[in-house]
Amino acid sequence: MHLTLEFGGGLELLLEKSTKVHKVDLQPNDGDGKVVMKGLLAWVKSNLIKERPEMFLKGDSVRPGVLVLINDCDWELCGGLDAELEEKDVVVFISTLHGG
Amino acid sequence: MDSAVDGPRQPPARAGSRLCTRCGERKAALKRPKTLEQICRECFYVVFEDEIHQTIVDNNLFKPGDRVAIGASGGKDSTVLAYVLSELNRRHKYCLDLFLLSVDEGITGYRDDSLETVKRNEIQYGLPLKIVSYKDFYGWTMDDIVKAIGLKNNCTFCGVFRRQALDRGAALLKVDKIVTGHNADDIAETVLLNILRGDIARLSRCTFITTGEDGPIPRCKPFKYTYEKEIVIYPYYAISHIMYAYFKKLDYFSTECIYSPNAYRGFAREFIKDLERMRPRAILDIIKSGENFRISTTTRMPEQGTCERCGYISSQKLCKACVLLDGLNRGLPKLGIGRTKGIAGGDGDCEQQATRSERNRSSLQGKHGNFDF
Repeated sequence: MHLTLEFGGGLELLLEKSTKVHKVDLQPNDGDGKVVMKGLLAWVKSNLIKERPEMFLKGDSVRPGVLVLINDCDWELCGGLDAELEEKDVVVFISTLHGG
Repeated sequence: MDSAVDGPRQPPARAGSRLCTRCGERKAALKRPKTLEQICRECFYVVFEDEIHQTIVDNNLFKPGDRVAIGASGGKDSTVLAYVLSELNRRHKYCLDLFLLSVDEGITGYRDDSLETVKRNEIQYGLPLKIVSYKDFYGWTMDDIVKAIGLKNNCTFCGVFRRQALDRGAALLKVDKIVTGHNADDIAETVLLNILRGDIARLSRCTFITTGEDGPIPRCKPFKYTYEKEIVIYPYYAISHIMYAYFKKLDYFSTECIYSPNAYRGFAREFIKDLERMRPRAILDIIKSGENFRISTTTRMPEQGTCERCGYISSQKLCKACVLLDGLNRGLPKLGIGRTKGIAGGDGDCEQQATRSERNRSSLQGKHGNFDF
């Protein structure tokens, strides 16, 4: 499944070369061919995050204060961790924890 | 890439996607933390800006003809504030003269980069920019200070100096008011911190939308009731909104200060965010609690005066900035820091007083201090 992931608000600093936009190809691994947000977060943690994962994740979700948009829609409206992703979805993570 | 396309990206239809509760036409894109309403991005723009306008009007934040300095760090809050305020000024004819005012602490690799953002804002919004520096005002940059004192307590210096530098810069601009981008989350966090530190004077003041009205240049916080989540999402949504052309360079600066772990505030911040996840109203409720604290009449509040040396507002003989500067210049950087009382410069550090024997006494450390409240 092809997804575009964007990291902003300082989260990009946790990734290699502080790259903000990542085009990724994810293999659904749970048999029914689905990718849900929970799985995506785990994938991001093991494949993209290079340092301080605790700035991004807390427990099995994002750290409170990290905003998630799926195709520009607040993930709280899409089912949060259970939101199902589809081909060519764009998922944005923005930290609100950095200074203003 | 995708976000550069004008107009919203068409999301695939998803089960459970609802219509905006305000217009009933478009798809909801955001759950508002304040009201739990599910609204579309167009309606979000309208309510976001209208609420700030309403806050400004209800609290009489400005008078026509006021000269107003926007404390601009290049970060998200002040960048959005500068944009929204100049929009509202135009739209609602506040008749304000707006300025951007930035403080250069002299932190290589941090402030010099964020000042580049502010310089872009100057051009984008057509607002005159004034940059003042610690080096000019105090003869020390933060880089120098950290070299002299290390990474402990450096935030105390920075906080005290920044507060005063902003006031001095505002005086140079001859403005009537300073506005800062402090948002609802920041204020809730500060209420908690002031409780945790037993800082009664600040606790009573930190929720005021306008402070320093008795001083030369009052400060106000138009984002007092604005959630951080919405401030962060505002410029992001703008990318595919009609303001695209205007906003595409609204690239605020979001790197943590290289000298600031500020762990105590960090804990309070994380706590607030945890609460918000469970019950978003918690943020406004904490502010409300702060507003409704009544300080017992037997609590002695410090008297305000002016610093004997520099004339800046102070509750002590010397203002905190002068005490700290004294320490730096005399090679005794611990002066004015920590819990020892009565080293030269006088009973300078008020922070200790509240926690000492005089239990129900509190002092007005708030004129200076780590936090800009």
